[in-house]
Parts: sequence; C-alpha cells; structure tokens
Amino acid sequence: MALTLVKEKWTNKINIVKIGATKEEGGTRTSTVTVGGETTLPFLFDEGDIPNPPVIAMEVLDIAPTDWPETLLENFKDVANDPVKWAEKCVSKYNAKLIALRLQSTHPESGDASSEEAANTVKSILKAIGVPLILLGSGNHEKDNIVLAKCSEAAKGEKCLIGNAVEKNYKTLTVSCLADGHNIVAESPIDINIAKQVNILIHDMGLPLDRIVLYPTTGALGYGMEYAYSIMERSKLAALVGDKMLSMPIIAFIGQEVWRVKESKSPDPAWGDERERGVLWETTTAISMLHAGADILIMRHPKAVKSVQETIDELMKK
Amino acid sequence: MLVIGERINGMFDDVKAAIKERKASVIQDLAKRQVESGASALDVNVGPSSADPQGVMKWLIEIIQEVTSVPLAIDSPNVKVVKGALEVCKNEAIINSTTAQKEKMETLIPLAVEKKASIIALTMDEKGIPRDADLRAELAVRIVTYAGECGMPIENLYIDPIILPCNVAQPQAGHVLETIKQVKLLSDPPPKTVIGLSNVSQGTKDRELINRIYLIMAITAGLDAAIMDPMDNDLMEAMITAELLLNKNIYCDSFLKAYRK
Repeated sequence: MALTLVKEKWTNKINIVKIGATKEEGGTRTSTVTVGGETTLPFLFDEGDIPNPPVIAMEVLDIAPTDWPETLLENFKDVANDPVKWAEKCVSKYNAKLIALRLQSTHPESGDASSEEAANTVKSILKAIGVPLILLGSGNHEKDNIVLAKCSEAAKGEKCLIGNAVEKNYKTLTVSCLADGHNIVAESPIDINIAKQVNILIHDMGLPLDRIVLYPTTGALGYGMEYAYSIMERSKLAALVGDKMLSMPIIAFIGQEVWRVKESKSPDPAWGDERERGVLWETTTAISMLHAGADILIMRHPKAVKSVQETIDELMKK
Repeated sequence: MLVIGERINGMFDDVKAAIKERKASVIQDLAKRQVESGASALDVNVGPSSADPQGVMKWLIEIIQEVTSVPLAIDSPNVKVVKGALEVCKNEAIINSTTAQKEKMETLIPLAVEKKASIIALTMDEKGIPRDADLRAELAVRIVTYAGECGMPIENLYIDPIILPCNVAQPQAGHVLETIKQVKLLSDPPPKTVIGLSNVSQGTKDRELINRIYLIMAITAGLDAAIMDPMDNDLMEAMITAELLLNKNIYCDSFLKAYRK
C-alpha cells in the first residue's frame, strides 16, 4: 500500500545573507558567499527550496596556536606564524571558500597586539586572497570593541562577517557594521529568547535584518551539542512560520569547540587512533550541526573539512 | 492572529467628512497608521448613509492601495459595490461578507474563487442570527460544504459567528466562543474564524475594556482574525501577550515591540 507523506507548507523563509563584495560591488573579492534563503527544514527538498548550500569557513589565527594538538597543528606548521600564508594555504591547498580570521593576538593575555597591528593583518590578508572574510575578535569585549572597529574600517566595502555581538556588548560592533557595510554575528548563550532579543537590539540600531547571522553557541559532540541542536531547530521552525526576528542564517563554530575537548587530543590508544579521532569528532559535530540547520561552519582540520564538504555535496543532491 | 484594521469606516466622523470632501490624505493617513500599529489587513466600509456606495468604495480602495499593499477587506452588503471594488483592487482582497443564505453564497463565493479573494462568511441566513453555538455551527457546515464544491481553498475562508453587543444579547458572547471552538473541528484543515470585535461593546460603557477581554477569550478559543482597532495600544498589547502565553511566538524581552517588526 502506498504511503502518502504529509508535507509541511511553510509561510516564511530564512533571510539571504551575502558575504564578500566584488569590484563591481565596491570591494576587491574575486568570489562571494551567499547563505540562507531556505523555505524548509534542512535538506527536505520535497517541502521547499534550498537555494544556497551550507558553507565551510576555514579558521586562521593571527598568532601561532598554543593549545592545538599536534594532529591538527601539523597541517599548518609551515604557516602557523604567518596568518597571510596560512590563509593562502587554506585557499590554494584546501579549497576554502571562506576564511575566518581570529584576531587572537589582540587578547590582553595573548600578546595584547594593538588594533593597528590587527588592521594591518586584515589588510594584508585581503590583498593576498580573493575569498570573503569572517573577522573574529579575541573574546575580550573591551579590547574587541576597539580592535574590531579598526578592522571593520580597514575592510570597509568588503562586506565581511564580523563577530561577535552579545546582548551586553553589541552597540560598538553594530555601529561599525553599519558604517562600513559589513554583516554581524549575533551571539547568544544557548538561549533562544536572548537570541531573539539580540537581533531586535541590533536591528533597532538600524542594521537590516539580512545582515545578521545567528550564533546560538556551539557545543562539541559530548559537550552540549544537542542543546545547540534543539535551539537551532526551534529557531528554524519559528523562522519558517513567520518570526522575522529569528529568520537569520545560522553559524556554528565547530573547530574551536571540538579541538579543546580531551577526545580530540588524548593520545590514549584505548580511545582509538588519535590521528583519526579528532578529525572524526570535528566531522561528526559538523554534520550534526548541518542537520540542525547550520548555514556556515567554521572548521579547522583539512581532513574534516574535506569529509564535511563531500557530505554537503551529497546532501544537496535532490 | 490577523489584525484587520476597522477605522476606515464611514460611520466615523473623520472618515465621513473625508469622503464628503474627497480628502484622500485623511484616509491614507488612517491606512498607514493602522498598518504601523500592527494591522496586517484593512477593512474598508463606506458607512451606512452613503449616497454613492459604489463610487465611494472604488475611490477608497484606489487611494488606500497607493499607500499600502496589505490585503483590503471590501466591507459592503451590496454585491454591486463588492464587484466594482474587486475590479479596481490591486491588493489581495477579502470579501466582507456573505451569509449562509443560498442566493448570497451562490453569488459571492464563486466570485471570490474567480478573483482569488478570501471571503468572510457570517453564520446567519434568511431566518436571522442563530441563538446558539450548535445552530451557528450547522450554518458553518453549510458554508464550508458549498465553498468546497466551488473549489475555494480552505485557507481563504473565514467563518464569522457574529458577536452581538453584550448589553442586549449577553449569552451570545459565550455561544460565539463555543462556535469558534466547533468550527476548528469542522474539517482538516479547518476554515479560519473572524469576529467584528467592537460589536461586543456597541452601546456599552468601558468599551475598550470589554473589547480587550473578549479578544483574549476569543484568541484562547482559537480565533484566527479580528476586525478591530489596531491603534488601541492596550488592545494590541493584550493580543500580543495572549499569543505569547499560547506559545504562538517565542518570548524575548522586547516581545511587545517584536510583534510589530
């Protein structure tokens, strides 16, 4: 007996966010990235449209990482001290479509690099590569307000994605994004009510809704991944039934979460080959986040990036 | 819930005067302010004592759609007025209204289907307004069946159980709530429900209070739409809060503001 599937018909869609601006658009990017536009839940092609596939951004630090396990760092040993070369390697060798530059060196406890130094790094990277850029602060709000303002100015017109804005610290970054034409990462701590509130606060300052990307916080597999999953799912469902304050594409920070857990780092042979374990941890977390509705994944290990890209290509086949 | 703004009605003095002098700006201002306050559709009514309802309705529709693209409810008992308005209406249209009377349904429902308009259908017929929920529900069944036969998409059908003023027909308020619940069970998916909210307080004291409380009661019973005053801020905030408490929208600290975005 043939089974008739019940199909949902959603009334609203996820906003389309464009990252990167070409010469014609006022920037210098040779390619751009467009995310969002879905009218259905992840990969349910029978129920709606998914015009833009999820995108992987490779993470680059502006200072040699001090806590990356060898199995991860070995891929970038030759470039770890030079963020420009590192970004170039991600694009040329690993085919990265998007680079996420974390300005870790500006953190007061990681060298306290100045905003001018950070802005110069940003300028150099923009000159060296053609793909769009995600600019991330060090996480120290006070310093980030100064650093990201300067870097936003340095990248004016390039339509970057800059983060992160939080409920208690969003005004400075929103002003920069408005003034310099960038998109913003709106972060919330696994709390859908705060996620909605942050978007309203940012939008109230004049930033259009289609320049906001939602970051509900990511948990690695075994470390809260399913909390993020349920927030993302609730958010996507609310968006599809018409909540304009939650209709943003979602970003997940996979690499930073996965590579600090012991399962990715431990050399204990009883846990399996450590060369594969970390890669699998990052791959599994990333793919789970795809099913939860992530539109942008920030990842680190080239092997995990390759596996997840192959998975995205496969899932996008209707 | 769909908020249909009620203010552009010739029974209001300002609208009556604007119609008389053909002062478009007054009407357009009312249209914009209602939409800004949260109305997602606008009711358009020439008023009870218009000398030229066809001409006035056309004029109203034309000037309103210059300033807003929200759906317009063409509020007239006169089929000619409705037909004339549909000809010039560029926005989505809602025919307000038909009854369950055979001749009216046979004229207006096929017209709505042809023009791809929605329609509000009152649960009354030549015998008048039914005295309880069961009789109203029977008429609703008649309407839903006929609309289905005409090929009307169920999402375009709004059943209006007709709320009466609580100072002259007090038990009716409860019967209407019961009818709203019953209409939800009529089909899968069910038709939508709508009421002309201000009727519940026609001629009473404390009108805003009565309107506000009744709207919340009706929303809890499952009401989908109301013709009401969106510029009554207390009324809008009560509606937004009721929907929040029914888990229709996700809470955030600015939940009152978020609704109007």
